[in-house]
Parts: sequence; structure tokens; C-alpha cells
Amino acid sequence: MATSQIITVSNLVKDYFMGRQFFRALNGITFSAVKGEFIGFVGPSGSGKTTLLNIIGALDNPTSGEAIVLNKPVSTLHQKEAARLRNDSIGFIFQTYNLLPVYTVYENVEFPLLLLKKGNAEREHAVMQALEWVGLTAKAHSRPNQLSGGESQRVAVARAMVKVPEIVLADEPTANLDAANSHNILTMMQRLNDELKTTFIFATHDEKVISYLHRKIVLNDGRVVDDIMMN
Amino acid sequence: MLTLKLAFRNITHAGLRTWLNVGVLSFAFVLIVLIEGLYDGVLQQVKDDMIDSEIGGGQLWQKEYDPYDPFTLEQSHAQVSAELTQEIMKRNATAVLIASAAIFPRGHIQSALLKGVDPDQKIVRLPAFVLRQHRQTHAIPGLIGARMAKSTGLQIGDVVGVRWRNAHGTFDAGDIEIVQVMTTNVPSIDKDQLWIPLDTLRAMLRMPGEATVITLAKDIARVPAHGPQWIVRDHAYLLKELIENINKKKISSSFMFILLMGMALLAVFDTQVLSIFRRRKEMGTLMALGMTRWDVVGLFTLEGCLLGILAFLAGSLYGIPALAYIAARGITLPQMTSQIGWAIGSTVYPHYGLRLYAVTSLTLFISVIVVSFLPTRRISKLKPTDALRGKLS
Repeated sequence: MATSQIITVSNLVKDYFMGRQFFRALNGITFSAVKGEFIGFVGPSGSGKTTLLNIIGALDNPTSGEAIVLNKPVSTLHQKEAARLRNDSIGFIFQTYNLLPVYTVYENVEFPLLLLKKGNAEREHAVMQALEWVGLTAKAHSRPNQLSGGESQRVAVARAMVKVPEIVLADEPTANLDAANSHNILTMMQRLNDELKTTFIFATHDEKVISYLHRKIVLNDGRVVDDIMMN
Repeated sequence: MLTLKLAFRNITHAGLRTWLNVGVLSFAFVLIVLIEGLYDGVLQQVKDDMIDSEIGGGQLWQKEYDPYDPFTLEQSHAQVSAELTQEIMKRNATAVLIASAAIFPRGHIQSALLKGVDPDQKIVRLPAFVLRQHRQTHAIPGLIGARMAKSTGLQIGDVVGVRWRNAHGTFDAGDIEIVQVMTTNVPSIDKDQLWIPLDTLRAMLRMPGEATVITLAKDIARVPAHGPQWIVRDHAYLLKELIENINKKKISSSFMFILLMGMALLAVFDTQVLSIFRRRKEMGTLMALGMTRWDVVGLFTLEGCLLGILAFLAGSLYGIPALAYIAARGITLPQMTSQIGWAIGSTVYPHYGLRLYAVTSLTLFISVIVVSFLPTRRISKLKPTDALRGKLS
């Protein structure tokens, strides 16, 4: 079966300068991912998981090396092109949910569609569908401060999925959730991965998440130390 | 359009923070319009009083006349031409003859101007008709203002000695009986002067048919033919000094404008700075969701601008009725005359023109845009990854 490669990372290096010193967060990372994968970057704190996720998400630039995401070289993208790539094709899920506090659940999920300039009817349909995926239609008019942690993260998943992106990048999505909520979120993501063929990439050191992954890329000190296909 | 929609959604959802800003901004806006309106009202009122009581529709001055040089007064008189006499007969103008004199109130000597006015004139608001009324003595009837009464101690019924020089240079003397003390807002028809009947003054000075100033009616269609002895002094000339004086006061009081505007703008600036500090994660999220840094700058700036627009609308909503009420009722300002340097009535009626409203709104709006934008410039250098971590790069 032919597979389409949507992410190609080769020899990626990222240095952070702190005064005269520099810290190498990524040190020659190479890997590739195909559409529909359910991958996790796994490793201890400071191993470079979030930095790698940020570069793939066009939020940051590498110091050297290349990251090609959906046929676009991230390092040469102009700010506007990077924003467009994120808006069109990438969904983000954060550890602290990062919901817009003054918006309702509905408005939070609707936001990426507003940026995509979708029409009213299309937006309403997509938002309600995304809320249905995460089981939160009843909370559509609640504010983020009226939600539990698990509900907030489900809204974040709905917001990431509402535009049906090619890639969803999830940075420690279960770190603030208890076991039951983590299970619910991950099962839901797996289901969306199966149904919509969206590529999910996690940055995590949470064992609960690791057990759901199809592929585990182990990072340590900014290097790939293992790349394991899971059963 | 999207940015506008998002900005509107953000500020309407921000609740108390928005309404506090809108309250402060709109209050400053209304107060600035009121204060500026008060100045314009004072200017209008003083102008109206001066036109009504002294300068009418403009004046013709004898060519030598200079109100600031008393030494010119001896030469400042000329025959009123036939054309001007006709206008005076038709009640389109009135003549005033002016001479310097010395008066002796309560045994003191004091210089004063003797002003001869037609007791039947209706051109200016001066109670000259009192100069016709029956008197107890054979003294010359005289009319003075309240300021003159205060400075000389003269009251109705008092007789004061007066000495003058006639056209031939001969000193002469007589008595003037005060028949009326008038209250006027216009000091230039009051201070250091005595009004007496025109014909009497002409006879005293041996200047039959002569005048120093011809005051024209407000509704006169054109300046009558006047000959080479007379110079036309229109409103622009006669009111120039007054307007300059008020404008100077306006400039010196502009600190109030700056203070109010500063307070209002500080509120917006503070909100913006606080927003940028508190909403760093939100900025990072907006960028992660697909906005560029400049989109975020635009969004935050627009939020500040919308505060300005809302303040303008809210200010108009409660400000227009309040300002209209104040304009109708006026503001009582006792002792105003001596304190601000020119005479106004005890009640000031603010005058709000469209220009005042437009200029104040525009100034406020542009200032709000600037102070909304200034703090957001930091966002243009913000790295999305730092913002997501709640850091400012």
C-alpha cells in the first residue's frame, strides 16, 4: 500500500543562546512520518520533545537541518506562510488547554474556522460536529472557567479537530488530567485518528499516553535514541 | 473584518474591564466638551454683550481717535456728515462724542471720560433714556455704571463737580447729577466714564454737530458714505483684542484638557499594557491557531480603538442630554469678572459647536489609537513559543 510522507525531518539542530552560552535542544534529529500515524515523542524533561513539536508546527525555526511539513520547508517559511500552514493544516493541543477565556466553548471551537473565513452555516455545522466528537454539545455555551480539566481538554481537542487538519500536535495533553479523563481523551483521539486519518503527534513522558501510541520515537539529550513501532 | 469582529467580541466579553475604560474615557470626553463649550460660551456671551451694549453693527471712528491714547481725544472730533446725519435720523446709527474731564467726587480729583449720547437712541443697550427724566437740580443729568459708582463712591442723586476744556482750549466747570447707576457686563462703557446727553456735551465743548464715534445699527445693510474724516471699524477689528484675550486664556487653560485627556489615555494605555502582560498565552495560542504577529498587533490595537468608539457612543448617549441641559440652564459663576480678566454675566451658557464636538472626538480617537498601538509593538517581536510559555521575548 502506498503511503504519503507528510513530515520529513533531517539532521535537525536547534540551539538556544543564553548570553554567551548556548544550549543545544535538538542535536541532529532525523525521522519521517506518514499520513494517519499516531506517534509520540517520548523522553524525559529537556530531551527536546516540545522543541521538535514547535518546529514541526512552524512555531519555531531550526538552527540547521530541515523539517519539511506537508511539502513545505519550515525554516524558509515567511511568518505569513507559517501562519497559513498552521491555520490550514495543523491543529494544536496544549498541556494547559490554552482556551480563549472570554469565549464560550462554541466560540473557542469556532475560532480556527473564522480564521479560515468559512461561512456561517459551514462553521455552525463543523463546530457542532466537533463538539459531538468530544461529547460536549451540552456545554456549547459554557465559558472555559465553568469547565473541568477533562472538559477543557476535550474542547481543546474539538478546536484542534474542527477544521479536520492533516496533523494534530499535542504537547503533554494529559499531564493535567486524571487517569479516567486521560483515557477518555486518548480513546477519543484514537477514534478520530481512525475515522479521519489525521496524523497525531504527541510530546509526552506520560506512561498512560505511551500505551496508546502506534509508534514511539524516544528522545534523549536532543537525539533520537529509539524509534519503535508499537503493537 | 474578521479582526474587527474578534476585537469586538473580545471587548464585549471582557465585562467590567471594558466598561470601566469606557466610563473613564467617555467621562473625560464629556468633560472636555463641557469645558471647551464653556470657553466658547463665554466668548460668545462677551461678544454678544459687547455688540449689544457698545459696538452695534460696527463703528465709524473719527480718524484721530485712539481709545488707548487719551492725548488724541482733543483732536478726535469731527462734523457728522449729511449722509451720516440722515442715517442717525433714520435710527440706523447713533453718534457719541467723547472728551476727557476731571471730576471731583467726595472732594477728590479723578480723571474721567465724558461721553455724550443721544437719550433717544436705540442702537445700543444703554439706558440713555434716563438722561431725559425730570431732575431735582439744574445740574447736568449723568449716567454711570456700577464699576464707576464703586470707584468714585457716587450714588443716584449725588452731584459731582466736573471740569473740562472746550474746543477753544478754555477750561470750564459744572455739576453732574447722577440719575442712574447701570449694571452692565461690558466694562468699556462703564469704567471711568460718565454718560451725559449728546447735545449738552456738544454745547459744553463748543462742538455743535460733532462726534467722535458713530455706532451703526446691527441690522444696517451697508456702511453709509462717511467722508475722509471717518474710518470704518468693523466687528473683526473691534472684537480682535477680546478674541485674542480669550484665546490666550484658552491656551493657558489647555492644561485641563491635557490632564483630562491624559487621565483617559492612561486608562487605555494601562489596560493595553496589562492585557499584553496577562494575555501572553492567549497571543501564543492565537499564533498557533494561525494568526501572524501583526494580526495579533492589529487585534489588540483595534480592541483599544473600539474602547474609544464605545466611549464616544456612551459619552454621546448620556453626554448630549446632560450638556444640552447645562447649555439651557447655564452655570452660575459668581465673582467671575474680576478673576478672569474680562466681564461676563453671573451665569455662563456653554456653546457647543459641531466643530468642537468633531475636533474633540477626533483628538480623543486618534490619541486612543496611538496609545492602543504603542504597547502592542512588543507583540511584533514576540516569539510564539515564548508567548505559549507565558514569556515576553
